[in-house]
Amino acid sequence: MDAETLPMVSAPDAAVRLRFEDVGVDFATPAGPMRVVDGIGFDVRQGEFVSIIGPSGCGKTTLLNIVGGFVQPTRGQVLLDGAKVSGPGPDRGFIFQEYGVFPWLTVRGNIEFGLRLVANARHAPRRAAIVERYLALMGLADFADHHPKHLSGGMRQRLALARAYAVQPEFLLMDEPFGALDAQTRTAMQDLLLQVLATEGKTVLLVTHSVDEAIYLSSRIVVVTARPARVRTVIDVPFAYPRSESVHEDPRFATLRAEIRALVMEEYEAQARQAVSRTE
Amino acid sequence: MVNGTFHPVVPQARHGASRAALIVAPWLAIVVVWYAVRASGLVNPSLVPAPHAVLAKAVELARDRLPLDVWMSTRRVFAGVFLGVLAAVPVGFAIGWYRPVRTFVDPLINFFRALPPIALIPLVIVYFGIGELAKTVILFYASFFAGVIVMVEGIGQISPIYVRVARTLGATDAEIFAKVIVPLAVPHILTAIRVALGVAWATLVASELIAAQQGLGALIQNASSFFQLDIVYVGIISIGLIALAMDVALRAATRRLVAWQDRIA
Repeated sequence: MDAETLPMVSAPDAAVRLRFEDVGVDFATPAGPMRVVDGIGFDVRQGEFVSIIGPSGCGKTTLLNIVGGFVQPTRGQVLLDGAKVSGPGPDRGFIFQEYGVFPWLTVRGNIEFGLRLVANARHAPRRAAIVERYLALMGLADFADHHPKHLSGGMRQRLALARAYAVQPEFLLMDEPFGALDAQTRTAMQDLLLQVLATEGKTVLLVTHSVDEAIYLSSRIVVVTARPARVRTVIDVPFAYPRSESVHEDPRFATLRAEIRALVMEEYEAQARQAVSRTE
Repeated sequence: MVNGTFHPVVPQARHGASRAALIVAPWLAIVVVWYAVRASGLVNPSLVPAPHAVLAKAVELARDRLPLDVWMSTRRVFAGVFLGVLAAVPVGFAIGWYRPVRTFVDPLINFFRALPPIALIPLVIVYFGIGELAKTVILFYASFFAGVIVMVEGIGQISPIYVRVARTLGATDAEIFAKVIVPLAVPHILTAIRVALGVAWATLVASELIAAQQGLGALIQNASSFFQLDIVYVGIISIGLIALAMDVALRAATRRLVAWQDRIA
């Protein structure tokens, strides 16, 4: 790593911003309650980028939805700066895989949307400046007055990011944000995200099933088990920020990838065994 | 950077001319078939007035009672559709948005929707008399149920993600309604108006069966009593043309109002 790069943002003495305390979630199904999340506990500190990785359908998104305020845990609690999460709020920017850009608003209108809400009135005086800033930062300035139907997938995701950033959230919650993008666009989005994070500093929780993405972006990776989701292990990523593509060539990257892949594959196998035992 | 997709440039002149030809062709075909039926001898020519005779009659009536008939009918249709859609929007919205409500109300809506408005005429006369009110009630009935169905289907299709996004940005319930749900409902309201207009014009003659002196339905009704088939044709064609004009106008309005949609009806 370059000598002049910043130290790890996740200094162990940074304040804990987000805490999962023995979180469990049961979903009601016709066959009775189904345990989706079980006994999850970990902390996210100020400025950390934590990825949650695990087999698809394991309950990762449910964890994110609890932090987002969309799902109430059945057991335990999620604390934001020591207070229990009680609902969605503009302090937590949520990025959905399906973008959710408002089709009836222009690109500019989408970014402005949050700034025109009562909850974000404090940003209103700087509204025009904020909108221009994120139009430029996300490379959307040429499309400011177009509707989203004219945008590609990558541009829609950049717009979703700009819209979330505009209300100045402290947390960024991302649910497989780049899953629907092609490989090149995905890489470009990851670089853009790192670039923006370097200047804007957020605490990020990312759900992904891409091991490479998790390593490239995160300071820590939480590997969760097949359903019900439990913390399998937590891995520190040894690369300092800001990062560049060259991280992929670092021998530690390959080692880490092999290690995490092996864990995730084991969980996929466990999931497959569960499925078989259910059908028997 | 990836470019957005815009409208491709197409040579306009030829495009415009062939388009006009395509629009006119089916109408010309109808006129040709009309003459052909008369010429074929398959039907008694006195039962099928010639297109030019109908046109002459239309010109004659245009200087006589036709403008008033058109005005009266249009007014009734507008009143019925306006009131019908006005009621259908909140009712359809409530049913479409709150799924539990839908389970209970759907059979009821389908029961009333299936009843042809003509079948209700005797009851309407008993309860509302034979004045303007009775005609408005029938057109209201037809517009309301057509509008409700469209609203329920449309609102039911609205993706919940937009509401979730708005919540994560800090929107209150009132803000979500005004800034997310209303804009998403607009296209469905416009479709409801279009469908209601169609149904209302189709029901117009039935409503004007109730002792109407003016209106296109009355014109047709009176003419048929005296076997004036040319006038009947004038009345029918007038209804079709007005309904078509309204549909075209509403489509144009829809294109302007909801230009953001991927597909436009």
